This record gives sequence, structure tokens and C-alpha cells, in this order.
Amino acid sequence: MADVNNLQQDLEQQGIFLSTVNRFYNWGRRSSIWPMSFGLACCAIEMMAFGLSRYDVARFGAELFRASPRQSDLMIVAGTVTKKMLPQVVRLYNQMAEPRYVISMGACATSGGPFRDGYNVVRGVDLFLPVDVYIPGCPPRPEALMHALITLQEQIDGQKLGHLRWYGKGEKPQMHDFPVPTFGAMGLEVDGKLVDPVGGLPLLSPYTSPENGEHKSGQLEHPQIARRFPIMDPAIELESALKARGMSPEIAANDLKRGEVSDA
Amino acid sequence: MPNLRAEDLRALLGRDLPGLLQEAYPLHLAPPPAHGHAPPPFTTADALVDADRIIEAALYLRDTLGYAFLSDICVVDYLADGVFELVYRFYHVEGGPSLALKARVPRESPQVPSLTPHWPGANFHEREAFDLYGITFVGHPFLRRIYMWDEFEGFPMRRDFPKQGDKYIGEEE
Repeated sequence: MADVNNLQQDLEQQGIFLSTVNRFYNWGRRSSIWPMSFGLACCAIEMMAFGLSRYDVARFGAELFRASPRQSDLMIVAGTVTKKMLPQVVRLYNQMAEPRYVISMGACATSGGPFRDGYNVVRGVDLFLPVDVYIPGCPPRPEALMHALITLQEQIDGQKLGHLRWYGKGEKPQMHDFPVPTFGAMGLEVDGKLVDPVGGLPLLSPYTSPENGEHKSGQLEHPQIARRFPIMDPAIELESALKARGMSPEIAANDLKRGEVSDA
Repeated sequence: MPNLRAEDLRALLGRDLPGLLQEAYPLHLAPPPAHGHAPPPFTTADALVDADRIIEAALYLRDTLGYAFLSDICVVDYLADGVFELVYRFYHVEGGPSLALKARVPRESPQVPSLTPHWPGANFHEREAFDLYGITFVGHPFLRRIYMWDEFEGFPMRRDFPKQGDKYIGEEE
């Protein structure tokens, strides 16, 4: 631990225990991070190995996989998040009690992985959830997940009670639920607005991590590429799969509104 | 163990169900490129049957030949030729190689009679083909999406479905 010093060790040898509220509280929180038993794909197999006796995560106090989001502190997004599964993932996260953490395990959860350019996979769960620790790998070994857990414990050790993103006075971003996407005609929608089209680039920016996990970075992926779905708009006549026939009214009017793509 | 080959199946179908088999004209994998060498069109030895009589052919395989396991229904989108080709793959429960039945439907109105009333195992296969390719299986009792959500419009496995991503940046259609 960070603030162990010689005086304290001397005192502890004589049976006197000295601590600060911060240190004691963080010790309690980081020694009992209960994950939610929640696996999405093949990474979940490695997560099971991580929980069992060979790798034995009980050494770190995170062996209690809870079957309810209400009782868990950590969501390990273990595997490919499909667009059809995403509303449930966000809803489960919303049901967890604060303080709550997210580990994005593996290439698929982090960025979409090999399915990134497909029509059905979310291009990184951090578009919808604040991720504290990312793990590369496909799938990551249980040691890698263990390292992620230790990294998360170090992050918790460094926290100050008054500066947590959940506690304290004022309007805290995480006092509100994260928006649960709904299914729409062209893809996932939030409040009736398309945010993650099927077969296209997402229209929202990822959450930054880990220090200010609740803030959006505001940077869209490949903002120079126009988001368009001519085939799904019945009013547009097609020349080819990605090209509409004729000139669009925006180009004809020289009114492209390039600078106005808002951060959803 | 049954050991029928595709040629044997064509001979059997031609003998027992006259008029069912169709001449398989060659198909193109991709539209001809603007310059360079175009891959030649191809055809396979599998039996191509009239799409309106697919039930008759499938029940012949099941009841007469004993190929009782419908392994999958696969759809191939030949965009350049304007057809969907449906591939029904059957296995005999005693083993041996599989047999395929193929049927072609136009891309504009892809309609095939449903096998599900006669063959309950075809249910999910047909719903998947409907979901991802938009093939309408006439007579299916419960034809709705199985993978995508119900509100979704469009058929994402069709070759003219828009694709946008890092991999396709700078790629000319």
C-alpha cells in the first residue's frame, strides 16, 4: 500500500494499528470487489478459469461472482457485445450499486475485435459504458484478467473519498442512469435518435477512462466519413449499394453542414 | 451406408419426378470488373430444382431416399445475376455424404414455398433466411425475425447492404 511507512510498521509490531479513513475504506473496497457472473462469449471461459482454483482469484477477494447486479461491484464485459445484447448490458450496469467498475475484457468488448466491421457488433462497449480497465487479447489469459483486477485495485487505492465520481456534493454525472439504447429501424437508438446504425459507423463518441469515466471524449470515430444509408431510405433511388442516383439536395445547395455533427 | 453423389441424385430426380430439374445456368461470383480479367462464371453438379416444387423434392429425399436430416438452408446472393440461390443440405441418419438441393429465385421477389408445415426442423432455418436475406417462405406459420430485432428494416446479409468501417475506407464501390 502506498502510505505504509516505518513508523506505522513499528507501531503495528507493538499491537497499535494506525490508519486513515481513506486508506481503511479503500482497503475494504478493493479487497472485496465482487464481480457479476455475466459472460457473453468465449472470454467468459477464461473468466471462469480465473475464478476457479487454478488461478484462484479468491486471493484477491473477488471470488464471489454474484448472480444479481444489485450485489456486485464489478462488471466484467467478457466477450462480444452484439447490438441485440447491448440494451441488457447497459440496463444491468444501471442496476449495479455505486461504486461500480467495468473491465472490458478482450478485443471484442474493447473495440469489436474481428467483428468490428460487421453489421451486428458494437464497436467497443465504451461507446455506452465507462470502462475502467481494458484488457487486450483474444481471448486474454486468466493471468491478464488477474492483472486487470490488480490494476483496478491500484486505481481504487488511489481514490480519495471526497473526489469520487459518485460521492460528494453537487451534480454528479453518475447520479443518473446511463441511457439504455432501444431497437430502431436502422439500428440502436437513444431517445428516438439513431446512435449506432447497423452496418455503419457509430454516431457517438466513447467514454474516456478511467479518471473521468463518466465523460464523453467528444471525438467521433472517422468524422470525415459521412454517415449515410441510402439503401434503407425508401425515398432515395440507388445507383449502387453505396451511391444514390443523382445529386443530393445538400450538395446541390452547397449546404453540407459538415461542422454540425453533434456528439450524441 | 448410403453413398449417393450429386449426379446420382439428379438421375433419380429426373427418373422419378419428371419436370422438376432445371438447367443450371452458370453464375457470376462478382460483377465484371472495369478492367482486368473477370473470373469465369461457374456451376456445380448439385440438383437445381424448380423453386415452386421444392417441397416435392425435399419430401422425395426424406421419404423415398431416407435423407431425413435437414442440416441447413443456406442462401447465396448472386448480385450480378440478380438471383438468390437457396441451398438445402440433407444428411442420411446412417451417415454418408450429404446431398444438396438448390433453387433459384429472383432477387426482386424472393418467394419459396415453406418446408415447415411438412418438416418442423426447417422452421428456424427459414426464419434465419428470412431475417438476413429477406426470402419469403410462403406458408410458414411464424415467419418473423430470429436474430435481428423485430423493429429492424433491411436484410443485412444481402450483398448490397451498405457496409462502412475502417476496413472499407477508401474502397470504391
